Amino acid sequence: MLSYTLKRLLQAIPTMLIVITISFFLMRIAPGGPFDGERALPPEIEANLMAAYHLDEPLPMQYLRYMGNLLQGDFGPSFKYKDFSVTELIMQGFPVSLEIGGLAILLALLLGLPLGVIAALKRNSTIDYLVMGTALAGIAIPNFVIAPILALVFGVLLAWLPAGGWNGGALPNLVLPVIALSIQQIAYIARMMRASMIEVLGSHYIRTARAKGLAESQVIWRHALRPALLPVTSYLGPAVAGIITGSVVIEQIFGIPGIGRYFVQGALNRDYTLVMGTVVFYGALIVLMNLLVDLIYSALDPQIRHDD
Amino acid sequence: MTTPLLEIDNLSVDFQLPDGTVAAVKGVSFDIRAGETVALVGESGSGKSVSSTATMRLLPDLARTHGAIRFHGEDLLAATPRRMRRIRGNAISMIFQEPMTSLNPLHRIGAQIIEVLTRHNKAKGRAARTRAIELLEQVGIPEPERRIDSYPHELSGGQRQRAMIAMALACEPELLIADEPTTALDVTVQAQILQLLKSLQARYGMAILFITHDLGIVRHFADRVCVMRRGEMVERGSTAEVFANPRHDYTRMLIDAEPRGGKSSVEASAPVLLEARDLRVRFALKKRLFRPSSYFEAVRGIDLTIRRGQTVGVVGESGSGKSTLGRALLRLLKSSGNIRFDDSDLSALDGTGMRPLRSRLQVVFQDPFGSLSPRLTVGEVISEGLRVHHPELDRRQRERRVIEALEEVALDPAMRQRYPHEFSGGQRQRIAIARALVLKPEFLLLDEPTSALDRSVQVTVIELLRNLQAKYGLTYLFISHDLAVVRALADTVMVMKSGQVVEQGPTEDIFANPRDAYTRELMRAAFVDDAA
Repeated sequence: MLSYTLKRLLQAIPTMLIVITISFFLMRIAPGGPFDGERALPPEIEANLMAAYHLDEPLPMQYLRYMGNLLQGDFGPSFKYKDFSVTELIMQGFPVSLEIGGLAILLALLLGLPLGVIAALKRNSTIDYLVMGTALAGIAIPNFVIAPILALVFGVLLAWLPAGGWNGGALPNLVLPVIALSIQQIAYIARMMRASMIEVLGSHYIRTARAKGLAESQVIWRHALRPALLPVTSYLGPAVAGIITGSVVIEQIFGIPGIGRYFVQGALNRDYTLVMGTVVFYGALIVLMNLLVDLIYSALDPQIRHDD
Repeated sequence: MTTPLLEIDNLSVDFQLPDGTVAAVKGVSFDIRAGETVALVGESGSGKSVSSTATMRLLPDLARTHGAIRFHGEDLLAATPRRMRRIRGNAISMIFQEPMTSLNPLHRIGAQIIEVLTRHNKAKGRAARTRAIELLEQVGIPEPERRIDSYPHELSGGQRQRAMIAMALACEPELLIADEPTTALDVTVQAQILQLLKSLQARYGMAILFITHDLGIVRHFADRVCVMRRGEMVERGSTAEVFANPRHDYTRMLIDAEPRGGKSSVEASAPVLLEARDLRVRFALKKRLFRPSSYFEAVRGIDLTIRRGQTVGVVGESGSGKSTLGRALLRLLKSSGNIRFDDSDLSALDGTGMRPLRSRLQVVFQDPFGSLSPRLTVGEVISEGLRVHHPELDRRQRERRVIEALEEVALDPAMRQRYPHEFSGGQRQRIAIARALVLKPEFLLLDEPTSALDRSVQVTVIELLRNLQAKYGLTYLFISHDLAVVRALADTVMVMKSGQVVEQGPTEDIFANPRDAYTRELMRAAFVDDAA
């Protein structure tokens, strides 16, 4: 198990290198620069600024310098938030994003799994069609459409909940963003759980369980549920990635001070180091989450043991 | 006469499918008395499994059952679900065809056995565990104290079936329904399992309803036989009577469907077509970065000479390396050693070099369902090789060759516009043979081409292969675990075990006088003595 984990971490190095390299050069290809404001700076000042941040060096040099700093854990200074380093900004934003994202994943599992199981057990019934139809809508409607609608209906028209803002993470402020962020995942997880549950219920060992004289509830709880969870478990890695991508939009819409918002602001401002910092941070997080998912998977399935 | 233990009275089962009702079982009646073995025989689709599953009331919801199934006089079809759950696994239990998938992969086998015991209040806690160990020991699982905590994937197919039997016997049932319990197993394992069932039957005095398509097993195992065909019971009687004196044509046909005949050897002066020296194939078990990888040698230094017109039968159990050998000979797998085909050295050729020779060396695989591309029409499947090897042919010429090939395997050429899933297993295997034949090969590798087919279909495919060989002077390497088929088709036999040849020689010699102990065991297990 330990050496498997180490091996996976080693394998993550090339992945991260590719992520960093591509995003570094993509960022530079985008037109404009960090110091293009509405008012053009005097050329001398801009030249000084460029020199101060080594932006006057040839691109490959900058790339090597960035990689060198990164190796020492230094994400560099933010170009726009002058008094903050990128690390500080990420550390400020991450707890907020973690709270929203973690709650969203939790909600997605708490709703998606039971809905999927119920739909599978009541296959081809009204409940099944209702759940699956709603799920399809949840997948089809993008979160940047759902979020403003939620804000409009529950925040403005009904005025039950705040339509935006963070307010130090007060519960009412969390509700709408978490729902907006999780709807797509609830839908995916419910559909997946239904499909995998139906497959498991048709398998030979479920027939065996019934032939033993077990009650249907025992067949489902003891024999069907865990194997049906396996495919959903492996989806958790991509689900985390989906939540992170979603949070970029959701945080912007609801005005939440998380990493996603820094990322958007950074991209608009050509704040190279800030964008790079968030990309690297999230990249590493996704790699770690995938590893974690695989470890959970092997704990659930005795046929997969990472003992080498 | 005492009342029967189980009485199936005019049982009918219909499946309500979206496009209409399918009658799977039509008014079948038979009975089983305490302690006896009744075999339900028939080919795929005859309704034998549906009848037995109906007894346990385990059919899917879309099945409609009529008639009566009386167990000790109680009609099970009218019993409440609660009552049925008391009977299942307790008074009547069941083992299935698929030992690999019938146990829950996520639970230890001990837990799965203990579950039945606790469910039916036979034992719990420590006592249940002790009983489970005892059961595992009775079904012949070595080190039961340790094995009780194994997961199914840690056991072999035969051991898993033993574990299934232990589970089925846990509550000492009066009736055991065994649905093709040995079909997925090697013959020697099959013999052991049958032996085991017999001895456990004697010990527990239970009746067995044995569902099978294999008449060899029926003859040795059952007291009485019921023959089913297309949902109807065509014949029933005592085993001896039915075999000695089959009344129905279908029964007679089934009994005759045991492969017969043989092939005479080719002359010793016939030219050598394919020759291998010290052929070895190994698979890497674990790739390691800085240490040498560990290997499993599947084929261990085999020498082989096949003359033109010869049929060499390769027999052995699963894992003996026979398929690997076949694939290595055609250079579908990497190997070491020398392979010569006609006058070319195959071992020196790479993929591109092999390509011109491929049309002369063709192959037919076991699985008629998986080996034809589902997205291509039969005509496209057959003509694909022509496009590669005979680009000079135009559309019309290719079409003509496809039609010829289909006629050759006795299929209607009009079928070439259709897709593989529209055909039965036997027809698909004919398509696979047509696909190979269309290239006019000299050598055909036949890798278990008849194993997935019913006996009566097998016989026609064997006949076809024989005729084609006579007509075109084909050379065959015939891989099979089925000794009866090999005996009917091959003039030379090679017995493989663990990647090595244990015995080889002319078919009649080997069958009449097997020298190696393993060959003798194989033959005893396959009941070949009475097939002839």
